[in-house]
Amino acid sequence: MRTVIFRTVAPYLTSLMLLFSVFVLLRGHNEPGGGFIGGLIAASALAIYGIACGVAPVRRAVYFHPMAISGFGLLMAALSGVFSIFFQVPLLTGLWAKVSFLGVELDLSTVLFFDIGVYLVVVGSITSIALALEERERA
Amino acid sequence: MAADTEKAADLSQAMITEPVALADWLIVAPVAIPLVFAAFLLTVRHRTWLHAGVALVAFALTLAANAGLLARVLAEGPLAMTMGRWLPPFGISFVADPLGVALSLVGVLVAAVCAVFAVADIGTTGRRYGFYPFMLLMMAGVSGAFLTGDLFNLYVWFEVFLIASFGLLVLGCEHRQLDGALKYAILNLVGTTLFLTATALLYGTFGTLNMADVQSKAAELRDTAPLATLATLFLFAFAMKAAAFPLNFWLPASYHTPRIVVAALFGGILTKIGVYALLRVLVMLFEPERALLSDVIAWVAAATMVLGIMGALAQSDMRRVLGFVVISGVGIMLAGIALGTEAGLAGAIVYAVHSMLAMTALYLLAGVMNGVGGSYSVETLKGLYRGHPLLTAFALLLVLAAAGLPPASGLWPKVMLVQASLAAGAPWLAFAILATGILTTLALGRVFALTFWRSDGGDTAPAAPAEAAPVLRLGYASLAALMLPILALGLYPEPFINVAEAAAAVLVDPTGYVGAVFPERVQP
Repeated sequence: MRTVIFRTVAPYLTSLMLLFSVFVLLRGHNEPGGGFIGGLIAASALAIYGIACGVAPVRRAVYFHPMAISGFGLLMAALSGVFSIFFQVPLLTGLWAKVSFLGVELDLSTVLFFDIGVYLVVVGSITSIALALEERERA
Repeated sequence: MAADTEKAADLSQAMITEPVALADWLIVAPVAIPLVFAAFLLTVRHRTWLHAGVALVAFALTLAANAGLLARVLAEGPLAMTMGRWLPPFGISFVADPLGVALSLVGVLVAAVCAVFAVADIGTTGRRYGFYPFMLLMMAGVSGAFLTGDLFNLYVWFEVFLIASFGLLVLGCEHRQLDGALKYAILNLVGTTLFLTATALLYGTFGTLNMADVQSKAAELRDTAPLATLATLFLFAFAMKAAAFPLNFWLPASYHTPRIVVAALFGGILTKIGVYALLRVLVMLFEPERALLSDVIAWVAAATMVLGIMGALAQSDMRRVLGFVVISGVGIMLAGIALGTEAGLAGAIVYAVHSMLAMTALYLLAGVMNGVGGSYSVETLKGLYRGHPLLTAFALLLVLAAAGLPPASGLWPKVMLVQASLAAGAPWLAFAILATGILTTLALGRVFALTFWRSDGGDTAPAAPAEAAPVLRLGYASLAALMLPILALGLYPEPFINVAEAAAAVLVDPTGYVGAVFPERVQP
C-alpha cells in the first residue's frame, strides 16, 4: 500500500477527514451526525494515515495514547451527566447556556460536551484497535 | 413567533418539574462513582502506582453510597430517579428497591475486598493492561443492572459488565486464558442475544420497556399477548447467565483460567446477576407465567444443584471444584424462584448474599493456598495445617459456610428454603437441597482433608517463598474482612433476613415499586 501517490495524498486526506469529523460532530445536535459518526470518521482518518505512513507517525501525531483519549472522553461524558447535580435536576439532563462570543450567539450545552465525550471515546478506542492490528501486521 | 410558542409550551406534560433533592443522587451514585473513577484511571493508564489507591478510594465511596441508599430504601420504600428529566416511561428510570440495593451493596463489598487482595496479587503489567479500570467499569455495570428500572437498560448494563469482564478474563494473555475467554464470550453473547430478542418482543407487545409500566400493563394484556413465550425466553436467557443446568457448561470451561482474584470476583458476583434478573422479571413482572413454568424451574433447580456438586466431586483443581460449587449454589437460589412464595424468595435472596460472600472468600482462599503451597491441585497440596493454623480455621469455616452448616452463613438461607419448600408441598425439593448440602460437605471436605490434614511427611513447617509475603498478608486481611459478614450472617441472621423479607415483599406486591416511578398510578 505504500505507493508514492498514497503517501503523498494521505496526510491531506487525513486532515480533511478530521476537519469533516468535527463538522459532523458539531452539526449533530439538530441534523444527521453526532459524536459517534464523527468519531468513526476521525478514526478512519487516522487509520488511513497509519496504513500510508506507518504506525509510529500516527502515535506521534495524536500525542496522547489512544486509550487515554478514550478514557478522557468517557470522563467528559460522565461528568457532563453528573453536572446536573448543581441544578436540582436528574442525571443527564440537558442544560443550556447562551454565550455571546465576538457578537455571535452560541448555545452551549451539557449535551454538546456529552457528544464530544462520545466522539473522543470512539476515536480513542477504534484508533487503538486499528493501530494494534496494523502493528501486528507489520511485525 | 415559533420560538415564543415553543417556550410557552407546557413542559410539565413531558418533563419532571419538581426539583431533585441532593439525597436522591444516592440512587445513581453506585453507578456514577465507579464510572467516573474508571474513566480517570484510563487516562492515567501508565501511572500504575496511582491505580490501586484511586480504585480503593472509589470502592470506599461506592460502598458508602450503597450503604446510605440501603438505609434510605429500608426507611422510605423504593425510590426512583428518571434520567434527563423526561417523564417515565420515556425517560429511563433507576429504581432502588431493597432487593437491588442489598445485592449491589454486597457486590461492591465483595469487589472492594478483591481490590484489596489485588494490590499485591496484580503487578505492574496487569495494572497497565487496565485491571483496576476494568474492575471499576464492571462494578458500574453490575450496580447499573441491580438498580435500573428499564429492561433495555438492563441489557445495556449486562453488556457493560460483560465487556469489562472479557478484559479481566484475558488479563495476562496466556493461551489457556484466551481459550477460556473465547468460550465465555461466545456463550454469553448467545445468552445476551436471546435476552435482546425477548426484550424486542416485549417492546412489540407492551410498547414500553419500563419495568413498572410493564408490571401495571401486564394484567390487561394477559388474555391476548404471548406473555408465556416472553417469560420462557427470559427464563432461558437469564438461566444461561446464571449458569443453570443444562446451560451451565460455559462456567467450568472458563472460571479456572483467569487470575484468582478475577475468578473470585466473577464467582462471587456474576452468576447472581442472572438470578437477580430472574427474580426481577419472572417474579415481579410475569408472576402467573412463572407459576406456569414453576415445575420446569423446580426441575432445573434440582438438577443444577445436584449435578453441579457432583461435578465438584470429580475435580482435582481447586478452582474447578469451586466453579462447580458456584453452579450448585445457583440451583439452590432457583429453588426459591420455583417456589415463588414470599418465604421462598426471601430464602433465595439471603442465599444470594451468602453465596456472593462465601464464593469470593473460597476463591481468595484458594489464592492464598496457592501462595503458601505453590499449587491449585489437591493432589500436590498437603499438610498446610502444620504451617498455617489460621488459614486452616478460615478454610474450615468456609467449608461449613458452603455446605450450609453452623456457625457460618450457609445455614439460615437453606433452613428458610427447606421450610418454604415443605410449606409449599414440594418435599422432594427440600430433599434435593439437603442432599446437595451433604454432597457439598463431601466435595469440599475432601479438598480440606487432602490439602490441610494429609501429612506432608516432614516435621517442620515448610517456609513460604519470601516474595509471597505481601500477597499472604493482604490475603489474610481480605479473608478476615469477608469472614466478618459470613459469621454475622451465621450467628445473627435477623437483620439480613429482615432485609430479604422486605425485598421479597416488593417482588410479591410491587405497588411500592410502581408507585416510586408513577406516583399518580397508585393513588386512587
